[in-house]
Amino acid sequence: MLKKRDDFEDILEERRRSSDLRYALRCYTPTLYRGLVPCKASMLKSIVLQSDHLQYVIKQVSSESGESTEGVSEEASLILDEMAHCLQLSTIRFFAFTLSKAFKRLFRSVCVNEEGIQRLQQAVQEHPVVLLPSHRSYMDFLMMSYLLYTYDLPLPVIAAGMDFMSMKFVGEMLRMSGAFFIRRSFGGDKLYWAVFSEYVKTMLRNGYAPIEFFLEGTRSRTCKSLTPKTGLLNIVMEPFFKGELFDVNLVPVSISYERILEESLYARELLGIPKPKESTSGLLKARRVLSEDYGSMYVYFGHPVSVRSLAEGKINRSQYNLLPRYIPQKPSADTHEFLSDAAFRLVRIQEENMVLKPWVLIATLLLQNPDGLDLSSLAEQTDWLRHLALAFGAFLDWPDHEACSEVVSCSLALHRHLLSVSAGHVQLSVTDVPQVETTPEEAVFHQAVVVLSCASYRNQILHVFLRPALLAMAMQSANSNRKDDVYNGFNFLRKVFSNEFILCPGDSVQDFEEACYLLMKRGVLQVLEHEIVMSASGHSTLAFLSSVLDPFLQGYQVVCRYLCEETNENLTEKEFIPAVRSFALKLILAGNTCYEALSSDLQKNALAAFLRLKAVRKLCLFTFLFLCHTGGKIPTQKPILARL
Amino acid sequence: MNTRASLRRSAKPRRPDPTRAARHRCRRGEVNGVTFRTFIVTLSVGHEHLLSYRPCNIKTGAVYLSRQEIMKWNGWGYSDSRFLFNKKGQAEFTGKRYRLSGLILPSLKDWFEGTFGANLQHKSPATPTVNLSAVAPPNLNEPFIEDLKAAGVAASHDPEDRVFRAHGHCLHEIFALREGRIGRVPDMVVWPSCHSDVEKIVELACKHNVCLIPYGGGTSVSSALECPHEETRSIVSLDTSQMNRILWIDEKNLTAHVEAGIIGQDLERQLNEHGYCTGHEPDSMEFSSLGGWVATRASGMKKNIYGNIEDLVVHIKMVTPRGVIEKSCLGPRMSTGPDIHHFILGSEGTLGVVTEVTMKIRPIPEYQKYGSVVFPNFQQGVACLREVARQRCAPASIRLMDNEQFQFGHALKPQVSSIFMSFLDGLKKFYITKFKGFDPHHLCVATLLFEGDRGKVLQHEKQVYDIAAKFGGLAAGEDNGQRGYMLTFVIAYLRDLGMDYYVIGESFETSVPWDRVLDLCRNVKERIVRECKERGVQFPPLSTCRVTQTYDAGACVYFYFAFNYRGLSDPVHVYEQVEHAAREEILANGGSLSHHHGVGKLRKEWMKESVSGVGLGMLKSVKEYVDPQNIFGNRNLL
Repeated sequence: MLKKRDDFEDILEERRRSSDLRYALRCYTPTLYRGLVPCKASMLKSIVLQSDHLQYVIKQVSSESGESTEGVSEEASLILDEMAHCLQLSTIRFFAFTLSKAFKRLFRSVCVNEEGIQRLQQAVQEHPVVLLPSHRSYMDFLMMSYLLYTYDLPLPVIAAGMDFMSMKFVGEMLRMSGAFFIRRSFGGDKLYWAVFSEYVKTMLRNGYAPIEFFLEGTRSRTCKSLTPKTGLLNIVMEPFFKGELFDVNLVPVSISYERILEESLYARELLGIPKPKESTSGLLKARRVLSEDYGSMYVYFGHPVSVRSLAEGKINRSQYNLLPRYIPQKPSADTHEFLSDAAFRLVRIQEENMVLKPWVLIATLLLQNPDGLDLSSLAEQTDWLRHLALAFGAFLDWPDHEACSEVVSCSLALHRHLLSVSAGHVQLSVTDVPQVETTPEEAVFHQAVVVLSCASYRNQILHVFLRPALLAMAMQSANSNRKDDVYNGFNFLRKVFSNEFILCPGDSVQDFEEACYLLMKRGVLQVLEHEIVMSASGHSTLAFLSSVLDPFLQGYQVVCRYLCEETNENLTEKEFIPAVRSFALKLILAGNTCYEALSSDLQKNALAAFLRLKAVRKLCLFTFLFLCHTGGKIPTQKPILARL
Repeated sequence: MNTRASLRRSAKPRRPDPTRAARHRCRRGEVNGVTFRTFIVTLSVGHEHLLSYRPCNIKTGAVYLSRQEIMKWNGWGYSDSRFLFNKKGQAEFTGKRYRLSGLILPSLKDWFEGTFGANLQHKSPATPTVNLSAVAPPNLNEPFIEDLKAAGVAASHDPEDRVFRAHGHCLHEIFALREGRIGRVPDMVVWPSCHSDVEKIVELACKHNVCLIPYGGGTSVSSALECPHEETRSIVSLDTSQMNRILWIDEKNLTAHVEAGIIGQDLERQLNEHGYCTGHEPDSMEFSSLGGWVATRASGMKKNIYGNIEDLVVHIKMVTPRGVIEKSCLGPRMSTGPDIHHFILGSEGTLGVVTEVTMKIRPIPEYQKYGSVVFPNFQQGVACLREVARQRCAPASIRLMDNEQFQFGHALKPQVSSIFMSFLDGLKKFYITKFKGFDPHHLCVATLLFEGDRGKVLQHEKQVYDIAAKFGGLAAGEDNGQRGYMLTFVIAYLRDLGMDYYVIGESFETSVPWDRVLDLCRNVKERIVRECKERGVQFPPLSTCRVTQTYDAGACVYFYFAFNYRGLSDPVHVYEQVEHAAREEILANGGSLSHHHGVGKLRKEWMKESVSGVGLGMLKSVKEYVDPQNIFGNRNLL
């Protein structure tokens, strides 16, 4: 099961030994795409504006709105000005210098898989490349550009959210380092979509630069991968579908942090303490961050995935034969399914290549033991968990030749702000809050920040345990050992949690088999023809696995209870989150420990799941929700409610 | 014998004059002499000719009753014309028929070895003679033969005759022959000499339930002539070669009525004697027949002036199991429901035998001139062709070769006779690559052929060169142009040379809208390279294309693809897989299933996708009505 993984190289090592200035000014000669059509950033704009596609849409918009074509063209040009990057090597050199300084202070090491870089070098020459990094921190794209500069690879252009642009000066700096800005929502705006998609496609077709964007759309506040978005993926695949490119290489990149810079910020945000607006002064205030130790950072460049081979047998490209290619076409149902499937697969590759540190194991154990653990038993259990994780294929970076207790205490030291250690007893607890006059509510929130921060580490390893854990849970709730009973339970749980975790739609049988296989291999289960039986020694593993998902189940139950007990009236979407939050708060004050139910991420996912499962109905777009059958009259809901 | 090359002795005014006609008469005498000898030889070999009622009055024509006597049985073209590497390792082309004949081609060896990684030490020679014992004994339908004898139609079941008519020129067909492998062959060959002979044969075939496969020039590249394996009836190859007369010429309406078995070059030569031409010159015209053109929707190189076969025919007579189909008049166009000619054009021998065709003819053009233009890259070249098509000023022929093909063409340059010439060549090269800054690995060349009266040709030429100049094109002389067209006629011979040294290859074509030409060319070429690599081909293949025809709405693109198969256990299978993938790629990029090669059995699987289920159903119901017994059972197309 354990694949051979590439070796890592610490790029900071070189930085600590030689001059950053010389490094920033060194000769940069990237490997280039062989089909490159050389053009400048300014030329790019005119190519886009004069493209048949954009001209067509401009005429269309003008005839629909009655505005003159010149007016619409002008508008398109303004959109493009707002959007376009102006990548300059000098800015990159500036960043190369300053980021070297910053990275050296923040991180002990920045590890990159060299083989991945070599594969990328190859891929860059052959076909246009799309970089798909995971998104956990603002650091991500700075780091990506920094790395590509370091390895003499072409600098990427990066699709970034508009919110950055409002940061004075920094927005412009990012623009000059290759970021282009897109509005968060422009669903109905034909012209905007045309400008945007043509801009991206033009860069791709001409091989101008690797395109970089985040499949997850935004930073994951929980460190779980988010359900991928397919809009941009469609844009970068379309030139292949339409035959304009022979192929496109998609390169999933997994970036993981031993300690995330935004750790407590995210937890606060999830608890409804609003996120500070991106501003330059905010950034300057965040300097404090620089004085702390964030451990190591890992960047794993995955194998390039060829769009051509992904689409083989799934996309009939001749569907594009009968319409001139500049006329925009909504993706067909087939294409939609393909895009979503591809997006899920890519995110799963990101997950699989995510390097995990011992701390994620410890965090998992600490969350399962809210009363804390003795150091020795923590070490023992961590070791046990380590073997389980490795058997399930986790990409664990465990230091060689070090005693387990040593490793554990190192990890605890790095994350000491989340812990209290006294007399050999470790417990998650609030450390840096003055103990003066806090209301019980405030205390709950302080504790919740710690729990959610810690959960964000546990979440990093969830993808390893997810399938077996769903199976373990299904076995607990199933009425019998019959395989189809267990499968039904598994399938139901999978459906419930498909907003929460990365579960490819349509893969349910495959997932079930994978879970069975893993647990069988571990000696936990025996899978017979019609039955699934737990082995004598399997109890502890199954108990562990199902309690991995417990917080989520509890959280969903809280949301469920809220919907059943507290509301009979219509509820607006805006009110939903604060209402559930205060409901959960009440429960916690009454002694329940469902801290994760306070997370707005979980609440949103639960609502989306109930909507999808038709336990809740949306009455009117954005305004009202009408709840029907909240009393568990829908048979499929029983397993959840049965456990309430 | 008059050949392709002498037909085109370029750039000279061609006027129908009395001396010309005399010259032709004189040649005809020679020709007759040759055929006579051939005939004797056939007899003296001493096969048992129980069934041979060969007519003794053999007519003039380039291809005769026993074609195998002057043509290769396991390769392309005339037996006396072939490429070989001589003892010094230099390539030469044998025979006397072509401009290239008897010449040394000094750079071909290096190109050949460099392009394919081939080596003159590694030979893969063909079996020298037909292994007649490998030919299965004929499955004869005796009552049919009896009746045929009574009707007085020439026939044979000689194994050599049968083997010769069992194949076209697909790679797998020729490869098998070279290895001495012989599959299902027709059980018998018949030679009707006129329309009524065909009527008799078809009637008897229906009566005795015999499968008929019409055979014209045998130049098919779509497996159209392959005998279906599942056919259990006696298969009779209906060779139209004896129906090769021009029945009349109507100078008032500029039409000629011709028997469909006539071979392209004979038709053209005989019309030339009267001062006319059809102007229909497919690359295979040395060997392909009029009936074959009609049955496959052929396209000629000079279609810009004369049109494709569907534009050239005025009237078609075809014998089907239901009877004869033809129109009642020679009107130039009619509105009488769907044009019945279009059931016949492209029917690929599935409905009947085309026996006589009335065709448009034109006076021989006064003046012909070749030309060529060098472009800095293929993109510019395509843009230029598109502009030429937009302005509707395409010369008789305009073709754009990509860089690989340009280099290939260069490798076929014969030894230069004087130091001055080689100096001149060097100077030209210097001018283009150094002075004009063209990258020799990107530049590509368009070849041109102008035709018409002198003044207009020169004017036309200027117009085209002016357009070319806008796209960075430089005029590169008549010689390059002419060599480009010569390449067309000798390339099929070159495949035989390749096959002597572990190199196999083939060409295929498509038509595609203008805006997709570049994408299609790039993607298909790349797909070929990639597929070869994935299938274990050791050396990068030759994967090259050219744009050979321009239309208002698109172009015809022709691909050449060849590779060195050393180290492969089943090279033909690999070849077929790659070609299959390439065709998939063409279709995915908006190209058609075929521009003029036809579907045959090779591309049948894509017919439904190409013409829709209803379209295919329409064709099937026509077949069902016309030939319910499936007498014309070659199983092409549907």
